[in-house]
Amino acid sequence: MSDETRHVISILMENEAGALSRVSGLFSARGYNIESLTVAPTEDATLSRLTLVTLCSEEIVEQIMKQLHKLVDVVKLMDLNDYPHIEREMMLVKVDVQKHGSCDQVKRLTDIFRARIIDVSDKTYTIEVTGNRSKLDAFLQALSEARIMEVVRSGSMGIARGSSALTV
Amino acid sequence: MELTGAEIFVECLKAEGVETIFGYPGGAVLHIYDALYKEAEHVNHILVRHEQAAVHAAEGYAKATNRPGVVLVTSGPGATNAVTGIADAYMDSVPLVVFTGQVPRHLIGNDAFQEVDIVGITRPCVKHNFLVTDVKDLAATVKKAFYIASTGRPGPVLVDIPKDITAARCEFEYPKEISIRSYNPTVKGNKRQIRRAIDLMLECQRPILYTGGGVVLSGGAAELTQLARALKFPVTNTLMGLGAYPATDPLFVGMLGMHGTYEANHAMHQSDLVIAIGARFDDRVTGNIEKFCPHAKIIHVDIDPASISKNVKVDIPIVGDVKHVLRDLLDELHSRKDWQTADISAWWAQINEWRKADCLKYEQDNESIRSQFVVEKLWEVTGGDAYVTSDVGQHQMWAAQFYKFDKPNRWINSGGLGTMGFGLPAAMGVQIAYPDATVACITGDGSIQMNIQELSTCMQYQLPIKVITLNNGYLGMVRQWQEFFYQKRYSMSYMDALPDFVKLAEAYGHVGMRIERPGDVEGALKEAMAMKNRLVFMDFITKRESNVYPMVPANAGHNEMILV
Repeated sequence: MSDETRHVISILMENEAGALSRVSGLFSARGYNIESLTVAPTEDATLSRLTLVTLCSEEIVEQIMKQLHKLVDVVKLMDLNDYPHIEREMMLVKVDVQKHGSCDQVKRLTDIFRARIIDVSDKTYTIEVTGNRSKLDAFLQALSEARIMEVVRSGSMGIARGSSALTV
Repeated sequence: MELTGAEIFVECLKAEGVETIFGYPGGAVLHIYDALYKEAEHVNHILVRHEQAAVHAAEGYAKATNRPGVVLVTSGPGATNAVTGIADAYMDSVPLVVFTGQVPRHLIGNDAFQEVDIVGITRPCVKHNFLVTDVKDLAATVKKAFYIASTGRPGPVLVDIPKDITAARCEFEYPKEISIRSYNPTVKGNKRQIRRAIDLMLECQRPILYTGGGVVLSGGAAELTQLARALKFPVTNTLMGLGAYPATDPLFVGMLGMHGTYEANHAMHQSDLVIAIGARFDDRVTGNIEKFCPHAKIIHVDIDPASISKNVKVDIPIVGDVKHVLRDLLDELHSRKDWQTADISAWWAQINEWRKADCLKYEQDNESIRSQFVVEKLWEVTGGDAYVTSDVGQHQMWAAQFYKFDKPNRWINSGGLGTMGFGLPAAMGVQIAYPDATVACITGDGSIQMNIQELSTCMQYQLPIKVITLNNGYLGMVRQWQEFFYQKRYSMSYMDALPDFVKLAEAYGHVGMRIERPGDVEGALKEAMAMKNRLVFMDFITKRESNVYPMVPANAGHNEMILV
């Protein structure tokens, strides 16, 4: 569909066995798309915070929000698209630096992207980079000269700017 | 005092006021069955012959009484056999609490004997489910299960109890109140939307009340009747909503949807205000969504916000319990001095014009029995006051069209999931809830065989159900579609080896009757109804290739009905 938008949905849910499966199962059962999903406990150990990114129309996102809200394990949720918000994703990239000159080139790109080299071996550099999705995509593109061995992305996390907050 | 988990389980049922449970024992629930043995005078356990039937029986019980049905089955196959019933209850919003045994905790995940991840399997078809991991949580979990199942939009809740937990001991205290921070269903409708709804109702020229199972579930039939009669608006019911408005009332235009009446569907199509109450715009109701109610503004009252604007965009959404909202609508209406609706006499004249199509007409000759005739005669003989369960197929549609339900909770069928095999066990649940009531199960020669083993349960508990089998030797609805859409290629819709149902009923200890001539229908029904204490299995040999009319073909609009 042409009117699809990327929505970043933040969910506070009970930190209980099966809760994540209820959320992901809802998406597969109803045919909704998941671009990324990331989850971890919050400062309150009884709660988990989940950020889910989906590409869908306005009608579908309304259904998604309602259906998620219906899940007994879901305490609160918000569509971050309705608020000014910040989105971040972390990526770890392992590159092969054996080719002559590639060490310098990788080091230079790492600086430009304000990334960090967090592990070094005689054949590889492992780089940590944080940012929004397009920055991470751009970094991978810039690295295309070097041989990328492995990429790990966390999926997006989001938080509203200012005093809007998703709390119990 | 310290109790075992099994004893706690039984105490919880007593605290919830549960009088009857439906189940089947097995290894993982032996401690529980032992505890039930000692409490048999408090909790009546009905032993079915297949776990699917336990769930359907509990559904029948719940649908007739609006109280949660309770099921107890063992782990593994006991639990998986219950899944169809659970999915059925989920689709039709039936309050159920299903307890499944589980292998002991230390064996979970080990592929132990009769182990299955029933919490995982049922996750998409329950309102919620729990695995009890500590005996100390058992009582609170049972309390939560009943609370969730019976509040908000009702539905099935499953509680999986590992065997070792039923043996472990702890202090028992049943929580009086429970609150779940993430679960707070809205009961009261929004005041402003209620005012706007009444504004529209007083302005519209061509209104129709389209009401569904939510009216029955909320116990709001009396309020609906008051509202409709005050406004003198036409009323149509969904399959699930039949009985929520008296079918013999002149304002009633019949069921709508695929096999709804000509007048109901045309009224929907031409309406300028559709007032949907406790209905969910199911595809069998709407037909082609692009062609659905092209001229209407839509008011939608539903307890489930996710049902609103799911299939059809709504102009005035009102989230709340149907009964509460109907009361508020009535209060708002009567708070307006000298209120009056627009003149809708032209609309009624049009509806009465559509009624002249007499879309349900059929002809009963002297040759072969028409199913419609059997249902009409059943309605007459029972004074319209029976509890009627049905299976799924042509007979279900004929029952819905021809048994004129004047009261809610009397029509008990599988609407959403369309589960063949539902009717007989559901009738058992109804008969157990109301031992003195007339309970008829309208079924077909295909459906009845999907849970026919329950005739044995009926004998054990002396349930005097009247089984009305409309036997045409076909899977009739499949055959009808094959006739219409597959050039009569009757692929696997023919039953070639039907049993002798009379002998079969007799083998189970019941009365069997075969009725082959139209002239015998009424007498046979009277004879069967007179046998107050016996299950009578009536095998009506009906016209072989008969179709359900009228019909909105799949993907057509409400104004594109096939009449005959």
